[in-house]
Amino acid sequence: MEDKIIEVNFGPQHPSTHGVLRIKVKLDGEIIVEAQPIIGYLHRNAEKLAEMGAYPKGMVYIDRLDYVAALNMELGHVLSIENLMDVQVPERALWIRILMVELNRIASHLIWLGTHGLDMGMLTPFFYCFRERERILRIFDEITGSRLLYNYFAIGGVYSDVTPKSIEMIKEWTEDFVDKLEEIQAILGKSYIYVSRTRGVGKLSPEDVLSYGVTGPMQRASGIKRDLRKDSPYLFYEKINFEIPTRTEGDVYARFLVRVEEMRQSARIVKQVLEKLPQGDFYNKKYSKPMLVRLKATGESYVPTESPKGEFGIYLIGDGSSIPYRVRIRSPSFANLSSIPTMLKGYKIADLTAAVSSADPVFGEVDR
Amino acid sequence: MSDNILVTTLDEALKWGTGKSLWPFTFGLACCAIEMMSAMGSDYDWARFGSDVFRDSPRHSDLMIVSGTVTKKMAPRIRRLYDQMAFPKFVISMGACASAGGPYVRGYSVVDGVDQVVPVDVYVFGCPPRPEALIQALKMLQDRIVAGKVKH
Repeated sequence: MEDKIIEVNFGPQHPSTHGVLRIKVKLDGEIIVEAQPIIGYLHRNAEKLAEMGAYPKGMVYIDRLDYVAALNMELGHVLSIENLMDVQVPERALWIRILMVELNRIASHLIWLGTHGLDMGMLTPFFYCFRERERILRIFDEITGSRLLYNYFAIGGVYSDVTPKSIEMIKEWTEDFVDKLEEIQAILGKSYIYVSRTRGVGKLSPEDVLSYGVTGPMQRASGIKRDLRKDSPYLFYEKINFEIPTRTEGDVYARFLVRVEEMRQSARIVKQVLEKLPQGDFYNKKYSKPMLVRLKATGESYVPTESPKGEFGIYLIGDGSSIPYRVRIRSPSFANLSSIPTMLKGYKIADLTAAVSSADPVFGEVDR
Repeated sequence: MSDNILVTTLDEALKWGTGKSLWPFTFGLACCAIEMMSAMGSDYDWARFGSDVFRDSPRHSDLMIVSGTVTKKMAPRIRRLYDQMAFPKFVISMGACASAGGPYVRGYSVVDGVDQVVPVDVYVFGCPPRPEALIQALKMLQDRIVAGKVKH
C-alpha cells in the first residue's frame, strides 16, 4: 500500500473544541502531519461595537470576550480607561477588584479542569468542579447580582459594595476549598490513564512559546517564569504574598499542574485580601453613575493584565469625544491557539483533544 | 372502533415517551453554553427531568439547544446539523443572541435570531439566562410535546 495523506476536519461541532473551533488535520496513518486551526465561527465584532458607544458602554462587549472570566476582562478595560482619564480610585475598590478577579480566576480554571476531564474521557471531575464553581458563583450572585456576566467594575470603583454576608460566604468557601481541590486533583493526577495520555504530549519549547507570543499558564508550563501580577504589578499585587508556579516539561500534564497550583495561590490571595480589606468608599464620588457616559478622553493607553489565559489588555485611543476612537483587544487565547500547529505536529490523532483542551481556548476571545 | 382506540392510546404513549426522554445535543456556541453546562452540572442537575443523556452526535439526539450568538459563518453549519438530526426533533433558542441577535444585533456578521435558520419551539430570554430559566424552557417543551402541540 502506498502512503496516502488523509484530510480530516475536526469541528466546528465537536464536544472537545470548547466552542466552535475547526481544525483541518492532515493524517499519515494516525500521525498528524499538519494541523491548521480555522477560526471565525464566533466573530461578533466586539471591537467595532465597543467603538460605537460611550466608554462605559463598551464594557458589555468586553464582558462577553472571555465569558468564563468576565471580571478579568472588565479589569483590563477599566484599568485602561482609568489610565487614559487619570481617574483616582479609592483603596477599598482596588482591594475588592483583586478579590473578585482572583475568585473569577479560580472559577475559570475550574471550568477548564472539568472540561479537560471530559475531553480525556472522565465525567467525574466535571461534576466535582461544577460543584465548587457554583459556590463561587453564589458569592458573585450575592455581590454583583449576576451569575456569569457581571458588568461590575465601573470607572472610578465598583458598582456595589461587598456586603458582610458575602464576606461570610467567602470565608466559609476559603476554609475548605483547598481540600476539595486536592480531591479533584487526585482524580486526575492519580489516574494512570490520564497521566500516560498527557505526559509528553503537546510539547512546546520555550523558543516556540516566545515566538508565538504564548502567555499565561501555557508559558509558565514551558519554563518561562513570567506573570504580570509580579512583573508589572497593577492594583495592590505587590503587597500580597504569592508564588508563581512554573514547570519545565511544557507538556499537557505540566499545564494541568500549573493551573491547579495557580488555583491554590489564588485562594491564598483571597485569604490575604479578606484580612487587608479597608473600610471606606467603594467608588470615587466624583464619578457618579449618570455622568460616566459623558466622560471625555484624549490620548492612548494600554494596561496589560494577567487574565486566567494570559496577558490581556485593551489599547484605547481617545480623540477628545466621549466615544473611543479605537478599541484594540489583545486576547491571550488567540495567541495561545496559534501555537496549535506546532503542538500537534508529529503526535497521534488521539492526542489532539488533549493538546487542544490544554490551550484552554475560549472563542468569545479568539474570534472577538 | 377498537382499532382506533388502540391507535390513539399508543399515540398518547408515544408523545408521553418522547417528552420525557429528550436527548439534548452537546452544542455550545458562546456564553450561554456555560450556563447550559451549569444546568446539567451538579447543582441544577436537569437529569431530574428526564433529559440527562447529552449526545455528541446530531444523529443520536432529538433536542438542539442553540446556546449563543449565531454568526453568518456558523448559520449554514447549524442548518446542516439540524438536518442531520432524526425526527422528531425540537429546538430551544437559548438567550438573547440566539433569539434576536442580542447585544450584537448591530454587528455585520451576526444573524438576527436562529429562527431564520431553523424552526424554534421555545425561546428563553436573558443574557445569559439562568439555569432555572433553561429548565423552565425544557419543562415547557415537554408539556407541549405531551399535549401534542408541537408540529414537526
